[in-house]
Amino acid sequence: MWSRSSDGRRIAAITVIGTAIVLPLVVFVLGPNMPPGKATEVAKGQVTDNTVLLVVMTPFTVFILGYLVYAIVVFRAPKGETELRDGASMRGHMPSQIAWLVTTTAAVLFLAIFGTTELLANNGAGSGSGPNPVAKPSGAMLPVQVIGQQWEFTYRYPTYGGVETAELVLPAGQEVAFHVTSLDVVHSFWAYELGVKADANPGVDNVAYVKPTKIGTFQIRCAELCGLWHGYMFDTGRVVGAADFNTWIAAQRKQFAGVEKYLPKYSPSYSPDPTFRAG
Amino acid sequence: MLVVGVLIGIYVGFLTNGPTPYRVPVANAGSVDLTLQTVAAVGPLAPNPTWVSYLVRESGVWHRSTVWTVPANSLVHVTLYNFDGQSGLRNPFLAQARGLVGGTFGLNGKQLTVINPDAASHTFAIPQLGVIVPIQGVDDNAPKQCDLAPCPMSNAHETITFTFRTGKKGHYRWQCFVPCAAGFVYGFGGPMQTIGYMDGYVDVV
Amino acid sequence: MSLRRLIGFNLLSAVVLGVAGFYAGWWLGHQITGPSIAYFSATNQNDIALFVAYLVGVVGFLVGLGFANYPVQRLLGKPPTLREKEQQGAARYFGLCTDHKVVGIQYLLGIGAFIFIGGLNAMLIRFELMRPTHLVWNGNNYLTLVGVHGTMMMGMMTSGILGPFANYFVPLMIGARRMAFPRIEALTFWLLMAAGTILMTTFAFGGFPTGWTGYAPLNEQANMGMDAYIAFFALVGLSMTLLGLNMLATVITMRAPGMTWGRLPIFVWATVSTSVLMLLAAPVLISALLMLTMDRAAQTSFFNDQAGGSSYLYENLFWFFGHPEVYILALPGMGILLEILPVFSRKPLWGYRLAVTGMLGIGLMSFLVWQHHLFVSGINADVRPFYMLSTEIISLPTGFIFICALGTLWKGRIRATVPMLFSLAWLFNFLIGGLSGVFLSDVPSDVTTHGSFFSMAHFHYTIMGGLLFAFFAGIYYWVPKMTGYNFNERLGKWHFWIMFLAFNSTFGPLLVIGFLGMPRRVVTYAGYLQGANDWVSVSAFVLGASMLIFLANLIWSQVFARVPTGVNPWGSKSIEWQLPSPVPVHNFDRIPTFGSDPYPYGEDAGSMLAQRPVVSPARPTP
Repeated sequence: MWSRSSDGRRIAAITVIGTAIVLPLVVFVLGPNMPPGKATEVAKGQVTDNTVLLVVMTPFTVFILGYLVYAIVVFRAPKGETELRDGASMRGHMPSQIAWLVTTTAAVLFLAIFGTTELLANNGAGSGSGPNPVAKPSGAMLPVQVIGQQWEFTYRYPTYGGVETAELVLPAGQEVAFHVTSLDVVHSFWAYELGVKADANPGVDNVAYVKPTKIGTFQIRCAELCGLWHGYMFDTGRVVGAADFNTWIAAQRKQFAGVEKYLPKYSPSYSPDPTFRAG
Repeated sequence: MLVVGVLIGIYVGFLTNGPTPYRVPVANAGSVDLTLQTVAAVGPLAPNPTWVSYLVRESGVWHRSTVWTVPANSLVHVTLYNFDGQSGLRNPFLAQARGLVGGTFGLNGKQLTVINPDAASHTFAIPQLGVIVPIQGVDDNAPKQCDLAPCPMSNAHETITFTFRTGKKGHYRWQCFVPCAAGFVYGFGGPMQTIGYMDGYVDVV
Repeated sequence: MSLRRLIGFNLLSAVVLGVAGFYAGWWLGHQITGPSIAYFSATNQNDIALFVAYLVGVVGFLVGLGFANYPVQRLLGKPPTLREKEQQGAARYFGLCTDHKVVGIQYLLGIGAFIFIGGLNAMLIRFELMRPTHLVWNGNNYLTLVGVHGTMMMGMMTSGILGPFANYFVPLMIGARRMAFPRIEALTFWLLMAAGTILMTTFAFGGFPTGWTGYAPLNEQANMGMDAYIAFFALVGLSMTLLGLNMLATVITMRAPGMTWGRLPIFVWATVSTSVLMLLAAPVLISALLMLTMDRAAQTSFFNDQAGGSSYLYENLFWFFGHPEVYILALPGMGILLEILPVFSRKPLWGYRLAVTGMLGIGLMSFLVWQHHLFVSGINADVRPFYMLSTEIISLPTGFIFICALGTLWKGRIRATVPMLFSLAWLFNFLIGGLSGVFLSDVPSDVTTHGSFFSMAHFHYTIMGGLLFAFFAGIYYWVPKMTGYNFNERLGKWHFWIMFLAFNSTFGPLLVIGFLGMPRRVVTYAGYLQGANDWVSVSAFVLGASMLIFLANLIWSQVFARVPTGVNPWGSKSIEWQLPSPVPVHNFDRIPTFGSDPYPYGEDAGSMLAQRPVVSPARPTP
């Protein structure tokens, strides 16, 4: 039985020792520094999630790479051997096949269950979850509409008179509900440090929840190819204190008072003309 | 081998081929003048004669160029003659001007910050510099509409004047936000997505 | 060259008729639409004319090649023949030929040329990305480069292994003299060549801005260049459907005595699984593209949200094809891997049934995972746990392939030949590709990685690191059998090591860059990523240069050096290596009888054949 041979024991030892060395590095060094950082609750959840994925992968990676290197070094035909000699005829080994199947199945089921738990417990984990997400935070939320258009994002704050702004500013410590929609083609609103990504589809209200906790700036990029200036569709958002936010939004309402009367009534999505490919 | 090399050369050459930049001459220290016209159909100046486009005036003659070179940290005084009709904005929010020196733009001599979004013909926008100016369209009933570029001043037009400050050096895009590409889905194909018509670059050097 | 040969049905007449047909269709299209539909003149984008032009052009091309001769003759009452097979000399490689071995070599060269163009585009893209802002290509040309690179690679590489290697070796491996439908086999190749040419014409019509996924409604907004994308992918889809059908029919009906299902070489199993996917997935693509054609040319609104359609519909249809598509790319690579490992480990394939289960399982599962491409799109958000589960379950059959590969290496006598090096590299690359895929299959992690350079690097690890490395393994392993001349081993090893290191040096950092926040298909990026992007670009240029080493090797060894291969240089026990190199036109003197699978290493059988010889070496090869 090959599993009792010294080769098998050595590979098992390589796997165990390798995992024992790599795993702490993954958990304590790489994991905490995984993207997208710790600026919001969902981002923290994603960091945990990324770390767990890495931890589950580590033993498999160490085993396969260790095995591969071991096999190439040890099972190599001697140099200068010109006559072709066959290895032993081994056409399978049921116990090890079953062991592999059981291990990988366990890992896969664990990952799927863990991912689902994280998704639901973390309010959709910052992903665009459609118009009526199952998992939503409790308590008061600040709704912010993100309007994608070729090629700029603009933002509306329905609880502040539906004011529309060119810049995204959020108050820290406040649960925010992004309502992402588009006026034309498909865009994707990606607020990197917030850990939010939601496609902007025309006629669709795509909701993502996030609670920023850290004051600072974050990058906004379009993550779905939307035409000529897709590569230039970026922006910088800000998370500020609650008082600063109130000052800012008051200033915005004053600045854009002139255009306010022309804005359509706030709605989950908009269908402006023209619609057709006709002249 | 040689044939393959030549083919690759042609391919790369074809790709690098683009509109010629227009260097805006310096008028006086720290400021330049840029004179543009917007036309509904660019005419024989371009491969797609029915497409809407911007033209730039270079020593008294109208050229088709949408890549403009301007100096850094200086004022750009733009005079824009619009000969195109009213299309209307998809997002009315963009009918308000932003990022201009003095905060307002002139429409036929009147200083404004916002126009009726339905009357907008185009916008002049350099999003990375925060500049956006709505451009009032010519009324459909106005006499002497311009058909093909370049349009003489005797045709019906609106005159828009504004000034913005170029920041640090860079290669910025400009575009139009009004869905003015008639016939394309959302009015945003064709000229709206082709450099040389309603898109271009502002090279700040 | 005599006049008679010049004006017959050959490549020359095909090109002439193709171009003439294009212009005839262009004229016809304008006649149909010119006076009646105003918007085509308003936009200067006459899609109907272009579609008709492509259609008539392709028909003219095929007629010029002689595809109409046989049906016409049969209609006129002539007896059936396979006369196209009986051509001799180099000319048969440049026209309609129904010999499966000729078609295999045609595929290798034809697809190779288009892959070269795709690779060149990748170099040009990486050149642009050496600066965080604009460098050379303007916005339109950059997006077209990205689109043509992606579309060309995804379209052409679907047949990258099945085209050359399955066409050439599957009939040999199952003991058949030809494919089940030899004319359809030739048709699949020439359709691809027409498709590739059509895709290149996109530059003349303003390019297309959508990348290879062609999302709606951007694809309806785009210029006429988009029509080239549609025609290309529709023709590729047609070619794939026919290829899959042909392969399945061949394997099911034309196996020689003794070639039971349990003895099929694993490469044939991979072909079967891929063919099932092709047959079931490609028609979905064709129908989606037909709907898109209707939207663009006839003003329907399948995908236009504000006229009652849905962009989600396109995304679903596209990925219902698109996800099986990536396994259409991956599975043949697994087949080559498991075919080559036993030869150079000198051991039977370990866990044959597990490997077959894995391949069929991947094929089945690949139809159940497509919505993981839409995790953040907002559609069906409540069923995401299901797609998370199904996506992660697909790693189980993939794991079977890995354990079978590792088991085959166990206590083998490994020889580090060039094909073996490429196969071992496949294991390394696909491992990274698979593990990075886990991040994309997990919704919370997908929030960061979706649509970023991470996902781009992930699928390059699986497609380029998997498929292309297997493709080269196949080339170094089988081309000597196809041409009769060996490769230069030293150059082959240089090619391998430079390609392997440069590949990982290119796409490894891209995984990190994606995690750090760089979206796909952008022409600008955050300044702090410039150092990493410059590194990647330089690595990519080295990767491109390694392809030039391969080309030099190909030309040197096959045209100038010409070292004869002999019958069986690798000591393989599979049947194709018991035949002369190159294989004679008739394949076998008599149909062989099989006594085992192709892996009786360490067992008594000298080869998989129950009776020998099946071909007399004395018989001259044409």
